[in-house]
Amino acid sequence: MAYSDKVVDHFNNPRNMGSFKKDEDGVGTGMVGAPECGDVMKLQIKVQNDTIVDAKFKTFGCGSAIASSSLATEWLKGKTIEEAQKIKNTDIVQELNLPPVKIHCSVLAEDAIKAALADYQKKADVK
Amino acid sequence: MKLPIFLDNHSTTPMDTRVLEAMLPYFVEKFGNAASRNHAFGWAAEEAVENARKQIAKLIKADAKEIVFTSGATESDNLAIKGVLEMYKEKGNHIITSSTEHRAVLDTAKSLEAKGLATVTYLPVDKYGMVTPEDIRNAITDKTVLISIMLANNEIGTINPVKEIGKIAKEKGILFHCDATQGVGKIPVDVQDMGIDLMSFTSHKIYGPKGVGALYVRKKNPRVRITAQLDGGGHERGMRSGTLPVPLIVGFGKACELCEQEMAADAARLTTMRDRLQAAIMAALEESYLNGHPTNRLPGNLNISFAYVEGESLLMGMKDIALSSGSACTSATLEPSYVLRALGVGTDLAHSSIRFGLGRFNTDEEIDYTIKKVIEVVTKLREMSPLYEMAKEGVDLKSVQWAAH
Repeated sequence: MAYSDKVVDHFNNPRNMGSFKKDEDGVGTGMVGAPECGDVMKLQIKVQNDTIVDAKFKTFGCGSAIASSSLATEWLKGKTIEEAQKIKNTDIVQELNLPPVKIHCSVLAEDAIKAALADYQKKADVK
Repeated sequence: MKLPIFLDNHSTTPMDTRVLEAMLPYFVEKFGNAASRNHAFGWAAEEAVENARKQIAKLIKADAKEIVFTSGATESDNLAIKGVLEMYKEKGNHIITSSTEHRAVLDTAKSLEAKGLATVTYLPVDKYGMVTPEDIRNAITDKTVLISIMLANNEIGTINPVKEIGKIAKEKGILFHCDATQGVGKIPVDVQDMGIDLMSFTSHKIYGPKGVGALYVRKKNPRVRITAQLDGGGHERGMRSGTLPVPLIVGFGKACELCEQEMAADAARLTTMRDRLQAAIMAALEESYLNGHPTNRLPGNLNISFAYVEGESLLMGMKDIALSSGSACTSATLEPSYVLRALGVGTDLAHSSIRFGLGRFNTDEEIDYTIKKVIEVVTKLREMSPLYEMAKEGVDLKSVQWAAH
């Protein structure tokens, strides 16, 4: 299968690859997928004053899964929590030119964003 | 060294230029129909076909008259299995095969099952991918007409105890079909010694042209009969109608002749290169697991699972090396390799598998490059893998509640 140039670029030069400490203040972590299904995404956000100031990912999966999560971190940076909620998997599909068999990668990325936001919210509510 | 490197020799092989040279006169100059009995054009074609038949038969220790030309191994498998079931339907309708056969065998068996024309036993394999001969003996019923077991597996290269299976088949008076697509030309094959009654193989896996294959059909002890699956001019002693593709057959013959002469040297060289590739990769990368039999496998085969990284991303990272993976993302069915699953390899490790297929034209330099590249890419992708990170932190991945999707 031929990949789009954007997928190849994110795969070769992943943006924001890495991890924050999970218990760090203002960090929300989302981990979605399963090893048996062939993809697991970990997406983390760092929030200050309701704005995502930094984001990081680690992904086990195909090139499209890696590219989807890399792109997601790029998009998250600088967004408010409310704006981040609005990122849709279809935006990722469009941006990366994902073929139909790879749409699930974008769905997973959206799920990861939602999970990271929820985790941040949960930690913030406890305080 | 030229990039990309071809290390996918189980899928197909580049044609040997000596094969191409042998074929060339049969396209334009000697274009006759081998079935034309009344003129020089036909005679020249027939002579070429009969010469190729001898070259092919010699490689597998058969008689030239026992070779039936087909379009390839898929057709040979279909013809053998459907042809035997139809011919011997008065005797029974039970087939014994194994769960790691090629799809050409499995889907043929399933199609007969679906039409109510056969009942099929799919035997499990051991952790190395080998069929246990005693399992075959135990599966035989008074309705069994065919045992179909492959010589060597296309993914993991494991070689089956074919001779023992042949013995059991003979003892019980049941026909034995062997899909030897990956084995012929790579390891010694002797249809007499192995007790094989029907055998499928093809030209393009042994440096010959695509589009031609053969079915060996035993002529005596016992004389095997099959019902033709194509109606037509009654070529190939009535077993496979259709004008013979003379240039392809000439190429197939030449390819077999070269294998016969060079197999021992090729196998020794490939085994050395393969073992070096395996040792270097596995020494450098922790948690890399060999799939298949450690020693009893095809000389050019190496199948490794790299824990915590996904196969398709590995292939993408090594795009200047042509390889194949058991990952779901690389298959049409979106399921990870059924062969690896049958060995008991976990789904996670099946997704992480890479098949290296070495062939006649690979060089030491290419292997050096591959070793370097594999280590580099696996290391890079592990850095990117949340699973590797968790494993390093001491998390037992099996204990995590994953949300399957």
